[in-house]
Amino acid sequence: MTEEGSLTLFQQQDANRRRTVWLLVCFVLFFAWLGFGGDYIYSLSTAHAPPAQRHDVWWFGVVTLAFGAGLAWYAYRTGPEKVLWATGAEEVIAPTDDRQRQLVNVVEEMAIAAGVPRPRIWLVPDPDPNAFATGNDPEHGHVAVTRGLLDLCNRDELQAVIGHELGHIKNLDVRLMTTLAALVGAVLLMRNGATRIFVGGRGTDSRSSRKSNLGPLAVVLLIVWIVSWILAPIITQLLALAVSRKREYLADAMGAQFTRNPLALARALEKIEGADTPTSRIKSGAAHMCIADPLGRRLGAHEGFLADVLTTHPPMAKRVAILKGMGYAQLKREQGTLP
Amino acid sequence: MPSWILLVLLVAVVLWAIAAYNGLISLKNQTLNAFKQIDVQLKRRHDLIPNLVSAVRGAMDFEKDTLEAVIQARNQAVKVNAAGPDAVKQISQAENALSGALSRLMVVVEQYPQLKATGNIAQLQEELTSTENKVAFARQLYNDTATQYTIKQQQFPTSLIAGWARATPATLWEIEDRAARSVPRVDLSMKPKS
Repeated sequence: MTEEGSLTLFQQQDANRRRTVWLLVCFVLFFAWLGFGGDYIYSLSTAHAPPAQRHDVWWFGVVTLAFGAGLAWYAYRTGPEKVLWATGAEEVIAPTDDRQRQLVNVVEEMAIAAGVPRPRIWLVPDPDPNAFATGNDPEHGHVAVTRGLLDLCNRDELQAVIGHELGHIKNLDVRLMTTLAALVGAVLLMRNGATRIFVGGRGTDSRSSRKSNLGPLAVVLLIVWIVSWILAPIITQLLALAVSRKREYLADAMGAQFTRNPLALARALEKIEGADTPTSRIKSGAAHMCIADPLGRRLGAHEGFLADVLTTHPPMAKRVAILKGMGYAQLKREQGTLP
Repeated sequence: MPSWILLVLLVAVVLWAIAAYNGLISLKNQTLNAFKQIDVQLKRRHDLIPNLVSAVRGAMDFEKDTLEAVIQARNQAVKVNAAGPDAVKQISQAENALSGALSRLMVVVEQYPQLKATGNIAQLQEELTSTENKVAFARQLYNDTATQYTIKQQQFPTSLIAGWARATPATLWEIEDRAARSVPRVDLSMKPKS
């Protein structure tokens, strides 16, 4: 088990590193394509104009390339803190009650079991039980749980959930998932900004005079606005696709390997599933990072192509069934009824 | 043409050998590091026990034997630990004895509700559970890593490199026997023992 496990762990880490790089490269390339495409069209349309008015220097492309690269870099670097900020999580530095002290202890235990440095611990003030992990690498990991999870789960179940999250941290799922969330956030931010500038600019003056004043800038803004409207849902769908649902099964298995107690995770998942109010603090941009779908989507209960494309989490019943299978196999082994 | 193929083969073999060697060295260091982690957790436990004992001593005059056993096992473990990582077997035996004594103490604390209710016993119990878990998980990580290291150096193509990388099978941390783990009989009459 250890041999196979390690192999898939390293493969998983490599795949996550590669996918993160691809994601960032594609994001930047998309911006470059937009800019240089605009340059190309503009230079074609001015080809017969006098030399002074010709579009010879393709600065559109350079600008959008720099903009895209800057945005990607910013999203990658500040992803974890943005995600934590968006959920309103508060860091647990000095635990104030028994449950928090237990949480800190459990995270320390699981970090030892996983062989990674202790991640920073965050508490989300939300009554619905859920948990997620973020960070760019195991050395700078973060684990966040909701207050509801602390109140609902006993020690073993909490340990199992934290084990699952440390599985995500150890195999570098967090890097890919956080980068995706940050890019979606950046696009949404850009859309809001462009909308405000565009709508605000149009609102003050009469349309025709304003447009002639702004000239190409208005066109650029309009393009950014339209593109981000198109881009945001596409990236959100990509997110559901790229963050394959296999990831959750794998993290479940890793959590069970750390705790050697798959049944506790099965019980915790059942409890989390039982509390069916959505986690209101966690928005759709970070939904794929949670242990259970915070939006409570009905489609999540199904398997198949459509569910694979549209949802981020595998059906809870199947996860619980797999974990119970592991647990009973373990019990049988320990009692000696099976070799 | 054949010499060209030979060269490519040679380069491939050399590259594989380097990768295998580095893989073994990395596993060796991981194993050593995992062992150090156990050490860190054991030291934490040794430091915690005197506090624990002094906290419950006043409240439980009656379970003197249990407390005495914990203190003795702790002192024995500290002594053996000073011998360093060469004495893996002795250390693991001493630590298992300490684990047994501690779990007996925990069962005793569990059996006296009024003891649990007094002040910070519950908190102390949580600390003790966590400390025991940390030792257990550090040991689990060490055993997993050491097994992986041993398997790797004995499996066929890598075994050719093992001698060159000075890889030797790592000693596993002994799992305690069932007797040490078994739940002790607890006197529920609540009468102070003489």
